[in-house]
Amino acid sequence: MQGYVAGIITLLAINCIAALGVSLFTGFTGIFTLGHAGYMAIGAYTAAILTFKYSVHFIPAIICGGLLAMIVAYLIGIPTLKLVGDYYTIASLGLGEAIRLIIENWESVTRGARGFPGIAPYTSLPVALVFLIIMAVAMFFIVNSSYGRAFKACRDDYVAASLLGFNTAHYRVLSLAVSGFYCGVSGALLAGFMSFVQPVMFDMAKSTELVSVVVFGGLGSISGSLIGATILTLVTELFRPISQYRMLIYGLVLVFVMVFRPEGIMGTNELTLNYIKNIFSAKKKASEFDRRTTDDCAS
Amino acid sequence: MTVLLELKGVSKSFGGVQAVENMSLKLEKGELTGLIGPNGAGKTTVFNLITAVYDVTKGDIEYKGININKLKTYQVVSLGIARTFQNLRLFSGSSVLENVMSAAQQSHKYSFCEAITHLGRWNKFEKKIQDESMQLLERVGLADRAHQRAATLPYGLQRRLEIARACSLRPELLLLDEPAAGMNSEEVEQLNILIQDIHKDYNLTILLIEHHMDMVMEICPHIICMNFGAKIAEGSPECIQSHPEVLKAYLGEE
Repeated sequence: MQGYVAGIITLLAINCIAALGVSLFTGFTGIFTLGHAGYMAIGAYTAAILTFKYSVHFIPAIICGGLLAMIVAYLIGIPTLKLVGDYYTIASLGLGEAIRLIIENWESVTRGARGFPGIAPYTSLPVALVFLIIMAVAMFFIVNSSYGRAFKACRDDYVAASLLGFNTAHYRVLSLAVSGFYCGVSGALLAGFMSFVQPVMFDMAKSTELVSVVVFGGLGSISGSLIGATILTLVTELFRPISQYRMLIYGLVLVFVMVFRPEGIMGTNELTLNYIKNIFSAKKKASEFDRRTTDDCAS
Repeated sequence: MTVLLELKGVSKSFGGVQAVENMSLKLEKGELTGLIGPNGAGKTTVFNLITAVYDVTKGDIEYKGININKLKTYQVVSLGIARTFQNLRLFSGSSVLENVMSAAQQSHKYSFCEAITHLGRWNKFEKKIQDESMQLLERVGLADRAHQRAATLPYGLQRRLEIARACSLRPELLLLDEPAAGMNSEEVEQLNILIQDIHKDYNLTILLIEHHMDMVMEICPHIICMNFGAKIAEGSPECIQSHPEVLKAYLGEE
């Protein structure tokens, strides 16, 4: 049982890292992506091959996985993100599938569709948590810097951003590269967690899940996407005993949040002490207001 | 007097529509020039051409003697040209302070490694950026609303914020596109004072598009009038007021 709980928390940390990456690109830079599972696949296979075939230590292998995903993201970003609008979204649709198909057909290296078994189970709970904490703090730091403001400026109004001296294409590509790195690391950790990777794990459904987690948590909120990833991972895991209804519940949770909080769980707010205080004081004020109005009516 | 910006026979056409035709103008350093004309005369297009939002079809634009035709928008801005917009383009989700800070940070750049670790120059530069932005907000009278979301400001103050944001780029040339649009006469009066103040304090050269004629006549010693994409008159306010072409453009022929 303890092993099971540790397993869920590890998976949670891995999903959170991927959500952080997508959150920077979709939430803060404002470009939708439907292919980020592709970057996860690159990270996963790189780490798997490095540790299995070349017996590299797992930490450099994970970082190499992230870096390779970042380089691929950068190269793809240059031609697609110079265009304004949703071109990247369309390109990412093909891109995610293309990466998956390359892995599937490059059998000499990746062992194709049958999958890649026998990866050392290097992703223990502490490893995943350390990666998550470092990467989450780094993401908070990025967002609270001039780069974070630049990303948000490109998201809110790219014309105004370029007229304030931002090279918007450069910032978009930078954002994609960083988010590619996060997804690559997440994929590499996933490979070590499952000790088996298969191209099917990184299909369209996975890409869609990554975006929905971020939208669910709130576009433009780091803590929101972490909460989103946590809730959605727990929903899928906790309802495993009634597996035939699992995806139904997953869908219902998504629909309910989107109906009652269209801006996502956190909106653009971060979960800070001030935010929590504000919620409580707002409730207090509302209840005081109710009391006063009822008193007025009574007198 | 040195010429800061010069347009030499600039034309712009969108397909068959000639938006700007053979437009020439010279802005001297430190001047406050008004650009007027009926709706659709091509005034905003001139701004868009100067700031490289549109490519020039024909002609040359020179800033400080350098041809800026082929530059990208952000490169033009880095040379010292800033502008505001006819339709407000604030980062409405961000706070008032953040809006100004995202422009002020252009003169204090630090590396991505410093941003991701919050080490090195991060602390010093962020503090500088914030201090400078606060000073500017105080200058335009928005300091007490610094942490409010930009979208929640009253319309007139949003206009002021846009001017503050453009000023925080520390430009030499400021292009103001209808800053008084939608304001009442009292707000226009205050805006007048603000524009004249920043013109003097920051040693700016200003090109101002405006439909409030009394405002333009009051603060601009030099006025250019456009109609149908071409310059029809140029000179002092008195000269413009009595110019037959201008009267024809605004009032029609007898």
